[in-house]
Amino acid sequence: MSFSLRNTFLVLFVAGLYVLEGTTDFWIFSGSPDSALKMLNFALISAIMALGVNLQWGFAGLFNVGIMGFVALGGLAAVLISMPPTEGAMAAGGWRVLLGLVMGAATIVLTVLVRAKMPAGTARVLATIILLVGGFFLFRWVFDGGVEGIEAINPALFGNIGGLNFGGENYKDYGWMAIVAWPVGGLFAAAAAWVIGKTALGLRSDYLAIATLGIAEIILAVIKNEDWLSRGVKNVTGLPRPVPYEIDLQNDPGFTEKAASWGLDPMTASTLYVKIGYSLLFTVFLIALLWLAQRALSSPWGRMMRAIRDNETAAEAMGKDVTARHLQIFILGSAICGIAGAMMVTIDGQLTPTTYQPLRFTFLIWVMVIVGGSGNNFGAVLGGFLVWWLWVMVEPLGLWIADVTTAGLDPTNWFAIRMSEFGAHMRLLTMGIVMLLVLRFSPRGLMPEK
Amino acid sequence: MSEPFLIGDTMTGGYGKGPDILHGCTIAVEKGEIAVIVGPNGAGKSTAMKAVFGMLNVHSGSVRLDGEDITALSPQDRVIKGMGFVPQVRNIFGSMTVEENLEMGAFIRNDDIKQTMEQVYELFPILRDKRNQAAGELSGGQRQQVAVGRALMTQPKVLMLDEPTAGVSPIVMDELFDRIIEVARTGIPILMVEQNARQALEIADKAYVLVQGTNAHTGTGKELLANPEVRASFLGG
Amino acid sequence: MDYLNALVALANFVIVPGLAYGAQLAIGALGVTMIYGVLRFSNFAHGDTMAFGTAITILFTWLFQSWGISLGPLPTALLALPFGIAGCALLVLGTDRVVYKFYRAQKAKPVILVIVSLGVMFVMNGIVRFVIGVRDINFADGERFIISARDFKEMTGLDEGLAIKTTQMITVVVAIIVMALLFYFLNKTRTGKSMRAFSDNEDLALLSGINPERVVLVTWLIVAALATTAGVLYGLDKSFKAFTYFQLLLPIFASAIVGGIGNPVGAIAGGFTIAFAEVTITYAWKKVLTYVMPESLEPDGLVQLLSTDYKFAVSFAILIIVLLFKPTGLFKGQSI
Repeated sequence: MSFSLRNTFLVLFVAGLYVLEGTTDFWIFSGSPDSALKMLNFALISAIMALGVNLQWGFAGLFNVGIMGFVALGGLAAVLISMPPTEGAMAAGGWRVLLGLVMGAATIVLTVLVRAKMPAGTARVLATIILLVGGFFLFRWVFDGGVEGIEAINPALFGNIGGLNFGGENYKDYGWMAIVAWPVGGLFAAAAAWVIGKTALGLRSDYLAIATLGIAEIILAVIKNEDWLSRGVKNVTGLPRPVPYEIDLQNDPGFTEKAASWGLDPMTASTLYVKIGYSLLFTVFLIALLWLAQRALSSPWGRMMRAIRDNETAAEAMGKDVTARHLQIFILGSAICGIAGAMMVTIDGQLTPTTYQPLRFTFLIWVMVIVGGSGNNFGAVLGGFLVWWLWVMVEPLGLWIADVTTAGLDPTNWFAIRMSEFGAHMRLLTMGIVMLLVLRFSPRGLMPEK
Repeated sequence: MSEPFLIGDTMTGGYGKGPDILHGCTIAVEKGEIAVIVGPNGAGKSTAMKAVFGMLNVHSGSVRLDGEDITALSPQDRVIKGMGFVPQVRNIFGSMTVEENLEMGAFIRNDDIKQTMEQVYELFPILRDKRNQAAGELSGGQRQQVAVGRALMTQPKVLMLDEPTAGVSPIVMDELFDRIIEVARTGIPILMVEQNARQALEIADKAYVLVQGTNAHTGTGKELLANPEVRASFLGG
Repeated sequence: MDYLNALVALANFVIVPGLAYGAQLAIGALGVTMIYGVLRFSNFAHGDTMAFGTAITILFTWLFQSWGISLGPLPTALLALPFGIAGCALLVLGTDRVVYKFYRAQKAKPVILVIVSLGVMFVMNGIVRFVIGVRDINFADGERFIISARDFKEMTGLDEGLAIKTTQMITVVVAIIVMALLFYFLNKTRTGKSMRAFSDNEDLALLSGINPERVVLVTWLIVAALATTAGVLYGLDKSFKAFTYFQLLLPIFASAIVGGIGNPVGAIAGGFTIAFAEVTITYAWKKVLTYVMPESLEPDGLVQLLSTDYKFAVSFAILIIVLLFKPTGLFKGQSI
């Protein structure tokens, strides 16, 4: 089998899995086009994340275990851009919060400057401590007051600062603001990546892993607890969307007529229409990002990247600034994850911080990259589709296995009870085993780097 | 001429699947003697030593110890057979005390090691004073003594030293050479690679000059010191 | 001003919990550092290894409880601990056999091993959930307090109470025993020394006739014991939940790195550093300060530097500071 024939086969195979889900209810498939499209949409988002991680790992050998954090930051951007500002929030404390944040940043900048100016020694250590501690208390004093003000505004509905959507009450008419939020999500993630990269790149490879693991936890802690920013665990709901609402479509006589002519009832037609709309939007983004990634990697910059990955010492000896290059690609990859994170919050229509689990948003993406073929963008995308399918289907598969293995057993049997929960645990187990098997027997993945 | 105690006979080979570095190179050491390997940079001196110790692929030729063919043995098995080896770099356990280094040297032995340790301390008295200090904190020369001491703990039948004086000052170097002669006097044959060709040849009973992985000159240390060709090319006239 | 009450409040809310938590982190970090020292990778599956050992211990605890066996005032889990360690040892040795051994033979790069440990983490996580579920499990039995806040107040007549939980005491005692045993083993026994030698200089250890597979085997056994003990102590003190153990990975890594990864003394120092930093920074100091400050200066806020939700941020911040200024950690890292 020639190389491209193999790839064609793989793509058709994965596409077939999605088609089966939409068309047949045989075995574990649901036979619902709606569920297949939903799966496809999330697969598209996952593929974008996998693309970002593949840039970091496949092309630079950087090990990022904080994908969840960057994805969550993207989600935050979706809220901050596409939601309307909460009325009175700026006056009640918004400015004060901003001032507090600026002061916090100024403290850090000032400390860095002072440290650069002063000679090393006790005096410098003292100055650093005084500046940081003083700055911290000042920051808290200004900042806390602002937060109090914002969170006091109708906490049952708002209590947060809101976003930049200028539609006010009719903000949902400005659905395109959601699309604007996506690249902003990328910017947010890029900023966080810059901070982490500056600290941990250039140290031993596992330090970056641990640092990213940490930043992800912290980003999530911020989103969960800073109610003024994201309403925390109270969730932000009702985000505007760039596609029409089902209810509007159902009330549109033109649409119902069209649906009828296709032989669909308005309800089904409207949900399919919305999901296909998302699919098209996401596909456009995926293709654009894929095209950019491919362009970048065949450029001299991309070749240098791979040269560095393959032999860091030699590249360094040739005068390449390895750490700076790594920082660039780390920021780029994280930004892509941020974009995908914003998309996800948009399609969900809400930001629910408690749904961010590292297993789902960090490690699953890693399985995608490794299964697909690290170092090959198309491989990562393919891995995204395949592994997402598996992630969704493992649950019905687990139930099926549970049914088969406990058939004839008393339902109160220990094994039967354990197996009844098997579907949920099966995900982790399967993902782990798939990852280990691919690493062991096909470390270059399904679509290896050329 | 009878078979030498340890001989790497017409060895050809290289690291892993890489190109051959040695081409029919022969080095040997007789009982009670010091044999040195000298030569220009990149001549394969250390490689030849490592070949004798089993650290690279020798695909033709053989290595024999006391008449026994050991070509197929791993380095670890050669240690058990009685070969002591002191690598050029990373040749001590830096975070462990001097005494622990010696203990680890004797790891394969199950009998009482106190006596051997005593002998090592007699050979290198400074080590006795520093026995409870981390080996990594010692000076360069002292570290080399720890390294040699560690190798002696197995009570080897032959000791192999890979550039023992690399990176130490000339005074320390002289002292190290004295110690090495003392070790040889205890009856252990020594095979060593040396960068400092002149001093090495002065103490050598047998010497090999390697050039590009083959034997260029062989003879006693004195002979080679007197050899005009060797003098011109390696000893600076 | 009332220094005595301030001191008691400080002990009650900061020192005692910090000591217990520090001991738990230290034992966890010892496991991470041993793996790093000998097998040379950061084991992301360590949190789940802890969870597995704890899960097995809990199962045995339940079994003993159903048999009516108990340790009186002490938690039954202490009796079940050896069984948990044995179960955990079987799991990690099996994992090493099936997974890690292959990469060792290949001399794979550390980052590959880290990724592999990620896969192992998934699998172990799945196994733990299968074995014991995802619920919050409280398995501490026996006497809850050595001294309760009320008893303390009655005894001393102070306004502030000092409560010491049995589990806190056990944690500290067990931690001291574990550390003493580990250091005795590493520094005094032949096998322990050979492990340090292997960790220090692998090539030379091989030349000295140290059998690497044996070193690896012993390392995993010790890691299983450390991980299970840390997990059980943490679970007794707080409660057991599979996901919490995964989250412990961050403070544990931070402890190991802050102390100097690969260095056991460092792991312990790091564990207590991280624990006390976490507790002091997230503690509301109002109570202590009201006792020591003159009335006019009494704080009106809680004087809590960060809310407890940000405790991960504390370990992380310390980690970053150490990485920036002293990447080898407080104690020189790299070897056991």
